[in-house]
Amino acid sequence: MDPKPLWLLAELTYKCPLQCPYCSNPLDFAGPRFARELSTAEWCRVLGEAKALGILQLGLSGGEPTLRRDLEELVATARSLGLYTSLITSAYRLTKQRLADLKAAGLDHVQISIQGADAALSDEIAGTASYRDKIAAYHATRELGFPLTVNVVLHRRNVHQVEALIRLAESLGAERIELANTQFYGWALHNRAALLPTRAELARAWDVVQRERARLGPRLEIVWVLPDYHEPFPKPCMGGWARAYMTVTPAGEVWPCHAAGRITTLRFDNVRDHSLDWIWEHSDAFTRFRGDGWMPEPCRSCPRKTQDFGGCRCQAFLVVGDAAVTDPVCSLSPHRGLIDRAVAEAERSPGAQPEPPAWTYRAARASRRLARHG
Amino acid sequence: MSSPARSTAPRLHPKARLQRDEVRRRDVLLYPEGLVTLNASGAEILALCDGVRDVSAIVATLERRHQTSGLEPDVVGFLEALAAKGLVLYGP
Repeated sequence: MDPKPLWLLAELTYKCPLQCPYCSNPLDFAGPRFARELSTAEWCRVLGEAKALGILQLGLSGGEPTLRRDLEELVATARSLGLYTSLITSAYRLTKQRLADLKAAGLDHVQISIQGADAALSDEIAGTASYRDKIAAYHATRELGFPLTVNVVLHRRNVHQVEALIRLAESLGAERIELANTQFYGWALHNRAALLPTRAELARAWDVVQRERARLGPRLEIVWVLPDYHEPFPKPCMGGWARAYMTVTPAGEVWPCHAAGRITTLRFDNVRDHSLDWIWEHSDAFTRFRGDGWMPEPCRSCPRKTQDFGGCRCQAFLVVGDAAVTDPVCSLSPHRGLIDRAVAEAERSPGAQPEPPAWTYRAARASRRLARHG
Repeated sequence: MSSPARSTAPRLHPKARLQRDEVRRRDVLLYPEGLVTLNASGAEILALCDGVRDVSAIVATLERRHQTSGLEPDVVGFLEALAAKGLVLYGP
């Protein structure tokens, strides 16, 4: 096993002009825990420590990373270190000039989200009129010669648009489209009842993906992130706990993935107090579930443990209340019934199309209210 | 994917970048959301893929450098595997 990380997700800020109800940011993103953002100098030090630790791939994310005025400086630092840098953005008010400046600074790859295949639905899901900016930024990205990924989170309100979304990515000349079925953490878990699609809706979307993959071949890579609630076995979350990934959050806490901060039974350390190397090697958050020594049954004696690593620790904590049990998505878990109940609920409720959205938008006011009341 | 002619010039796709991985003492090819680990000969082949030299010239350079012969099948196989991943392009 390679003991050093390859990937760093740098969440530069949790501020975001969009309000997507499935946001993977913490529910309390607007609270005091994340208020004191790292400075330019602190981020540059973190990037240097990341490279020395073995990281090769850097994602600049958020929130909305383009809200950081020092983004060009961070990109230039990453490039001088030899990191391969991807910008993960909503593209809201992202101009061609800014993209050109980022290109000049050494940015390698641009990922732009879209919430639906047409302006009306995309803007409704985003909670902010942003579709027009996204389309303009897609074209600017291609004109500047960046490889482009179109990022889509799929859920009940847009899963019927998979074909239109793939055609959009194709017409833009994108390299990749990521069709990420909603994973239920953060705001997505809070809004699960409004977002979880039916089995039939997912089956139709998957048929389209297979047909379009056959049609497009290598011209457009279609990434399909599995809807794990509808699977019999858990995903190999992050390729195993603390094996390849690190996430640095806006105020410097370091997490093994971008959802792990919700696990209240872990202690998270901060780049303001420790080096990234120390955190990787010694922090409670990174060592607690590394390897398979922590595993209970049914994982401990299961041959699948080397494939799925017991699934997701965050999901175990959020659904079962204990991060050290088998992912409840697993059909061998004694807690699978908790997942089945949510899936059955989605099957029972009527089609979502004519309904007003029954979700809470991701916004600072809602975040502060949720942080107060839990 | 059809086999490239000996007279076509391979080059890295602009989305891909050769990078030294000092921590693991190896070369890697980085691209969006992925990487390919290279052994020493793979890195040496890619360093010669400038979009000007054709496959024959690359093979000849390597054979001269290592005072050997018969490298063409290995070079072509290596490049074709990367071309299938969209990381190597042939021609301008």
